[in-house]
Amino acid sequence: MFLYSLTLQRATGMVCCIHGNFMGTKSQEIVVSRGKVLELLRLDESGKLQTVLSVECFGAIRSLAQFKLTGSQKDYIVVGSDSGRIVILEYNKEKNTFEKVHQETFGKSGCRRIVPGQYLAVDPKGRAVLIGAIEKQKLVYVLNRDNAARLTISSPLEAHKSHTVVYSICGIDCGFDNPIFAAIELDYHEADLDSTGVAANEAQKHLTFYELDLGLNHVVRKWSDQVDNGANLLVPVPGGGDGPSGVLVCAENFVIYKNQQHPEVRAVIPRRGDLPAERGVLIVSAGTLRQKSMFFFLLQTEYGDIFKVTLEYKDDKVSELKIKYFDTIPVTCGLCVLKSGFLFAASEFGNHALYQFQGVGDDEDVEASSATLMETEEGFQPVFFQPRKLRNLVHIDEIESLMPIVDMKVMNFFEEETPQVFALCGRGPRSSLRVLRPGLAVTEMAVSALPGLPSAVWTVKKSIHDEYDAYIVVSFTNATLVLSIGETVEEVNDSGFLDTTPSLAVSLLGEDSLMQVHPNGIRHIRADGRINEWKTPGKKTIVKVGCNRMQVVIALSGGELIYFEMDLTGQLMEVDKRDMNGDVACLDIAPVPEGRQRSRFLAVGSYDSVIRILSLDPDDCMQILSVQAVTSPPESILLLEVQASVGGEDGADHPASVFLNAGLQNGVLLRTEVDMVNGQLSDSRTRFLGLRAPKLFSAHVRGRQAMLCLSSRPWLGYIHQGRFLLTPLSYETLEYAASFCSEQCPEGVVSVAGDALRVFTIERLGETFNQTIVPLRYTPRKFILHPNKKNLIILESDKAAFTAEEREANKAECVEAFEMRAENEDERQEDLLPDEQYGYPKAESKRWVSCIRVLDPKSSETTHLLALPENEAAFSICTISFHDRSGSPLIAIGTAKELQFWPKRQCASGYIHIYKSIQDGKKLELIHKTPVDGIPTALCQFQGRLLVGIGQILRVYDLGKKKLLRKCENKNFPNTIMAIHTYGDRIYVGDIQESFHYVKYRRDENQLYTFADDSCSRWLTATLHIDFDTMAGADKFGNVYFVRLPHDVSEEIEDDPTGGKIKWEQGKLNGAPNKVEEIIQFHVGDVVTCLQKAALIPGGGECVLYGTVMGSIGALLPFVSREDVDFFSHLEMHLRQEHPPLCGREHVAFRSAYFPVKDVIDGDLCEQYPTLAPDLQRKIAEELDRTPGEILKKLEDIRNRII
Amino acid sequence: MQASDRFNINSQLEHLQAKYVGTGHADLNRFEWAVNIQRDSYASYVGHYPLLAYFAVAENESIGRERYNFMQKMLLPCGYPPEKEEE
Repeated sequence: MFLYSLTLQRATGMVCCIHGNFMGTKSQEIVVSRGKVLELLRLDESGKLQTVLSVECFGAIRSLAQFKLTGSQKDYIVVGSDSGRIVILEYNKEKNTFEKVHQETFGKSGCRRIVPGQYLAVDPKGRAVLIGAIEKQKLVYVLNRDNAARLTISSPLEAHKSHTVVYSICGIDCGFDNPIFAAIELDYHEADLDSTGVAANEAQKHLTFYELDLGLNHVVRKWSDQVDNGANLLVPVPGGGDGPSGVLVCAENFVIYKNQQHPEVRAVIPRRGDLPAERGVLIVSAGTLRQKSMFFFLLQTEYGDIFKVTLEYKDDKVSELKIKYFDTIPVTCGLCVLKSGFLFAASEFGNHALYQFQGVGDDEDVEASSATLMETEEGFQPVFFQPRKLRNLVHIDEIESLMPIVDMKVMNFFEEETPQVFALCGRGPRSSLRVLRPGLAVTEMAVSALPGLPSAVWTVKKSIHDEYDAYIVVSFTNATLVLSIGETVEEVNDSGFLDTTPSLAVSLLGEDSLMQVHPNGIRHIRADGRINEWKTPGKKTIVKVGCNRMQVVIALSGGELIYFEMDLTGQLMEVDKRDMNGDVACLDIAPVPEGRQRSRFLAVGSYDSVIRILSLDPDDCMQILSVQAVTSPPESILLLEVQASVGGEDGADHPASVFLNAGLQNGVLLRTEVDMVNGQLSDSRTRFLGLRAPKLFSAHVRGRQAMLCLSSRPWLGYIHQGRFLLTPLSYETLEYAASFCSEQCPEGVVSVAGDALRVFTIERLGETFNQTIVPLRYTPRKFILHPNKKNLIILESDKAAFTAEEREANKAECVEAFEMRAENEDERQEDLLPDEQYGYPKAESKRWVSCIRVLDPKSSETTHLLALPENEAAFSICTISFHDRSGSPLIAIGTAKELQFWPKRQCASGYIHIYKSIQDGKKLELIHKTPVDGIPTALCQFQGRLLVGIGQILRVYDLGKKKLLRKCENKNFPNTIMAIHTYGDRIYVGDIQESFHYVKYRRDENQLYTFADDSCSRWLTATLHIDFDTMAGADKFGNVYFVRLPHDVSEEIEDDPTGGKIKWEQGKLNGAPNKVEEIIQFHVGDVVTCLQKAALIPGGGECVLYGTVMGSIGALLPFVSREDVDFFSHLEMHLRQEHPPLCGREHVAFRSAYFPVKDVIDGDLCEQYPTLAPDLQRKIAEELDRTPGEILKKLEDIRNRII
Repeated sequence: MQASDRFNINSQLEHLQAKYVGTGHADLNRFEWAVNIQRDSYASYVGHYPLLAYFAVAENESIGRERYNFMQKMLLPCGYPPEKEEE
């Protein structure tokens, strides 16, 4: 078996973010690492975040930094990754790519303890960069520019210190003195040797300054001083002329200002009133606002509160450090304070947000200050504050994030054309169930009812120079309605259009005249109001029309084509005619190319399933250039220009190719390339769009030509980052559409469906899925489909949190206390704090809250919410029909009480609840609750009984009157059973640490035997049953793998009638007698949390879908032919050679990070083919004995088989 | 030191031990070995962001706190070292 791996939704979570002038313009952009993906984001004029570029790097991007060379306007990006290399990138605006400026190797690849890559720090003046490891190694590279003003990088200078752990590194702003880097270090050498523990207790963190002597070209440890032992983060303080220089050391509970020859200035971080006393407050992310006259820091705690830190200083002397509560937003992994007054918050879980500053917290009252620091015998006195509503920030925009996907199922719940993906996402109060549908989201701008059933709609401008459309023209079966677009849309009668007849086409002709084609003729309305009519000869009527700005072709009933062209005086003149010997089904002319008189090609489809390309050139007018036979009569034709490759605006390098698109009556869309010179057709691609014949319309997306296809659902074909994408829109069935451009809606679509006129826009281009969100209460853990197939049952549980009642009481108390204070301050206000923003208050680590939710996804309504009492938390669920009990299946749920992870996993007791569903599955009713001696982490139905995995024990239960009855067990599993699957009498057990075990149940002896297991240990996170002998699993380190029991072993086991052989057979080293074989192995680079088998499109291949912690969704599709395997593995090989990944990690090494990759071809790499330079594309294509077009077609085909 | 010494196995080992933390030697005891393994593991958790996030979801802590906790554990990953046996 060979698999094709393709990421459908790239990771949506973020690891780190930086901001700077990457485009080299005045505006600031944001660069984010999404784990393996590097992305450039830009704020558009309307204050929305747009993804400009997104590049898959095939390596873990762990840190980012930006720097500017002195005098330069443009920022470079430094990438710290797991590649053992430092990479400096520059954004190229013309080509829209990241370009690798430098790549220097310094160590082994992989996330290792002593190989740098974890930390990056740059000198604020852009003279040096330091890349550090968690332990020991730090390398300094000197940056400079050569005569041609190109960036140069030196060989590395070492600043190593053995036996030293590094917590944080930053570059100190010291003007144009020698660059200095600061690091928080901890030396463990003494502690490792001293058995009494004295040294360990005395171990002290140090703040160390490393100075790079630019004259001598070496690095010295300049200064080192003790620092608070809770120190975890450094924030540089502006220096030079702008501030006192030095660093802010963020420690647990404190912020400390430190500098050389300066006494430390310390202030406590204010605590929330409801925080347990034993918990500290840690700063997790920081942002700095620097303006000419002032600066301040925004520090965010692990609970989400942002504090504004300011320094009182004179010259280099800091006298006071003030901390003031700013606002509370969900916890972030990075904050970007933009010069334009925006704050970008990259959330660590859940949606990312963009805020605008409304104020900077200028009022005087500060919560904590170094001046009021109180030290008592028990240490420093804490300071408390009460979170409140946002006062300084306003929420502007959001980027959706699925991180983390905890569980996922694919099913066609709503009986739509394609199945939906149900994903459990998020954490704590921000958790949600997200229903993902493949397709683009649509924003409806207006819907208005029309008198009667419209058949078609057009929009038309009054003049070619107009920016916006002037009229919407709607045709009915016997009339035409003209609406003018202005402040409002209203009916007009003075447009010159004939309103007593249906219309066939309406368009702008020439510079500023309008044309209406109706069955009996052509009406040409000149700008000065003159009207020319052309009448059809005899009794013939016009059936089809194709037109552009200069040319009109009509087809008369009977199959006669008449060609008109606009002459120099603006008159429409008949040029030629031709009889097609049969009715014309559809026809189209391409738009007039820039700088030309006319378009050269006319495409005509006829009912005998043939499409012909005719010439419109004067010398061979109406001659047939080429013919294409199709499988079914064409319904609609569109000639579309596609800029096939990325690259500059210069068309010379990357000539656009014209594609003939045809919607056939059997629902297939055919795309064929038209040769620009001779009109020959080649390279046709087909795709099934829906049950209705697709109607094609041209539209505009981001200023480029795009195509709307209206089948049983609408589709949009457009170009995104150099690739042509054909994506469904999540909208209802439409009859007819036209592009629409007005002041309120610059790029919209107007359409008719039923008796309504609809205007909508398409957003978030490039996304694969659009989502509907149902909020949940706690972190979801697992869910199943209720046996009645109408509801979902979701398990939610959170550690160290209070129950809902306790929280309510707390909140009421808080509000009361606050209101009392507000009375005094005379500013009474309602201040209820939404949990989504502030998070749940923390409780002791032993406490748990949990609930079982029955949810109807159709109405997104929770029909039953069952809160578990007394620190019980639910972890496993299955449906079960017991063999001696008829009726609807029961639901078994495994719970644990007072579960603790540290220092050892333990719980007070575990339970298995058995519920029956009542009221048609809307509610659950407890039948009984059985205590067990551990955490029931896995449940499964097996031959009418319940299989339970409790730690090392696999046990079979039967249903009793008062509790479950133990029937048989096997206690010999290595660690903890985390999943159970069954098939026939075979049981597949997944161990949390030791991969799969194949177990057989022998009914006559009532015993469970393990007959096969895996030879490597695997820390399973997700499992999937593939077939009788095969299992798929994913491990904690980001690998997906398949194992299969060898065929002969499988047969032997099944053929053994007595089972005696299994019973007495002994394996080696306590293992099972047989071993499964690994058949598939692939490193995803992200923790896979769920695996699911599904076909996402009707008629598409079934593939394995996976969801990851970072919020990405991928698919593994089995290849059906050997030729495809050969082709793609060769393509992959060439791409590995010719197009090495951006961050310096070798592709094959990355995909084999833990185990060598086996029989999986990386589609993400193959899909980078279209982004290569055209000559490189041609070179690879030649080596594969194909043309670039064929390769693109192959790539498109295989993607279309998945989604 | 003679030129040949540079290539004998012992000096090569010493070189490796100096350069790469955690390179073993013949007299390595159980504790030292375990300490190395633990430190490598914690470093790997901190380096792989998805793993940190995975732990953070399980323990209901922020990712920043998880990272800090793992870094703090680098100091004494296996408790105090055993007393040296007298030779």
